[in-house]
Amino acid sequence: MTLLHVDNVSCHFGSLIAVNQVSLRVEPGELRAVIGPNGAGKTTFFNLISGFLPPTKGRILLDEQDITTLSPQRRVKLGMARTFQITEIFPELTVRENLRIPVEIAAGHQLSPFLSRSAAARIAAETEELLEMSGLDKKADRLVGELSHGDQRATEIMMSLALKPRLLLLDEPTAGMGDQETYDISKLIRKLHRDRSMTIILIEHDMRVVFNLADRIMVLAEGATLAEGTPAEIAASERVQAAYLGTAA
Amino acid sequence: MTSVSASADRNKQVWNVIVWLLLLTMPYWMPLTGGYTALASRVLVLALAAMALNFLLGFTGVLSFGHAAYFGLGAYGVGMTIKYLVPSTGLGIIVGILIGTLAAALIGALIVKLRGVYFAMVTIAFGQVFYFIAFRWNSVTGGDDGLSGWRRVPIDLGFTQIDILGNDKAFYYLVLFCFALSAGAMAFILKSPFGRTLLAIRENERRARFLGIPVERHIWLSFVISCFFVSLAGALYALLNNFTDPRALRWDQSGNFVIMAVLGGMRSFWGPLIGAVIFVVLQDYVSTQTEYWMSIIGIFFMAVVLFFPRGVLGMLKRKRAA
Repeated sequence: MTLLHVDNVSCHFGSLIAVNQVSLRVEPGELRAVIGPNGAGKTTFFNLISGFLPPTKGRILLDEQDITTLSPQRRVKLGMARTFQITEIFPELTVRENLRIPVEIAAGHQLSPFLSRSAAARIAAETEELLEMSGLDKKADRLVGELSHGDQRATEIMMSLALKPRLLLLDEPTAGMGDQETYDISKLIRKLHRDRSMTIILIEHDMRVVFNLADRIMVLAEGATLAEGTPAEIAASERVQAAYLGTAA
Repeated sequence: MTSVSASADRNKQVWNVIVWLLLLTMPYWMPLTGGYTALASRVLVLALAAMALNFLLGFTGVLSFGHAAYFGLGAYGVGMTIKYLVPSTGLGIIVGILIGTLAAALIGALIVKLRGVYFAMVTIAFGQVFYFIAFRWNSVTGGDDGLSGWRRVPIDLGFTQIDILGNDKAFYYLVLFCFALSAGAMAFILKSPFGRTLLAIRENERRARFLGIPVERHIWLSFVISCFFVSLAGALYALLNNFTDPRALRWDQSGNFVIMAVLGGMRSFWGPLIGAVIFVVLQDYVSTQTEYWMSIIGIFFMAVVLFFPRGVLGMLKRKRAA
């Protein structure tokens, strides 16, 4: 059964066609990477899936339910969470508060004026679990805005995870990171995928990360699907090599 | 909990005790500094208004330049109830709050999609609508001369009467009672899961939206809650003066609330209280020296914004942390 079905979507900005008739099927438990040269339309494609932009044409189905016209909030309720290319966190709150807020939302408390003792205990326990899993527990009482770039990215991923999504969208999780940080984040993503069988779609520039993590890879170029397949198939594809070398040169 | 945050919590509690002790005894030490009881009441009323504004500004990240409209509606609500309907202070306060909050709920629903300077401009525009109604509708509101010919009425509790009209201190403690309930309620809301969603919106609206928070609905709720307490402050302000006039709902009054919040520190719960103290005291003392007292406040305000962008309390907090 398909978890996410993107059916032939396009997105036009005036005369510019950012995404051109792209389709995608992601199965539960799959880790799918979306790669492509700069300007290939990867982030626009993500924005269509997460509801940040409406598609000009096409349909998007989550678990066979048509979500094409739903707001981002509604999509979150249906089990979709995302991170952004430029880290979106709550800089002047502590790491613990950053994680606690989505935990409370996932538990349905976004309008609660107070929590029962048992609900508060459950939420605190869940927050601590997320802190521990990400290794952020030692920095839990620090303001996120004061942490390193890598820790901020990790916080954002854990915030999305706190929503208990069925589908996690990660937009370039290792962008701007050093080797060690990249390694740590990859390890975290692998853990989510392996241990929690989380379904993940990942935009990524770092090919080591992509070929290490992904079950399947989709290559976008100039807004259209160039290739799709297993890491081995993509690595062997001449069209993909041409697209990359052509723009990289 | 680490020991650092535990000691910060203890510090907070100590400050809370100090603040409440100072407020409880204000009518008794105020004369020693050359003040008087009505001045103490004015500090509290304006502090309540500034704290209510700051619920929206400092804790939801939304700037309103039209809060005087709801302050003024509270003021006219209580005045007109006592003058035309029933000579009851309690009922007047309730009517004032209801009118202010209802207006905020309707207007809030219309403007909640706007952001930043657009939101601020539209709040001014709606505020000015109420100002001109109060200014023009002579037969009912008293027009430019204001609404006079009424007084606050002693509160009858059945077994005893509280003479808030003749006894300044009794009125001060009525104001303090309302202030304490309001401050407690606002602090309670801000500590709740709902309150944390407001902080989330202040910190990063896009993130809040993609965590599934219905941002517009929560900003609307915050606006209405904020205006509820500002209406209460307006009602108390009219009772304090036994009078109200259109300036209570003019845009410069809104600006004064913003100045108080920023002056004291809009990220601190007690910041607007400090701001109101500075504002009212400067106004009271400097205006006896020069009619240009507002320019002194202006210079002071600019100095704070330039050198201590987090306000007076923010600066003190930073010093302690360093």
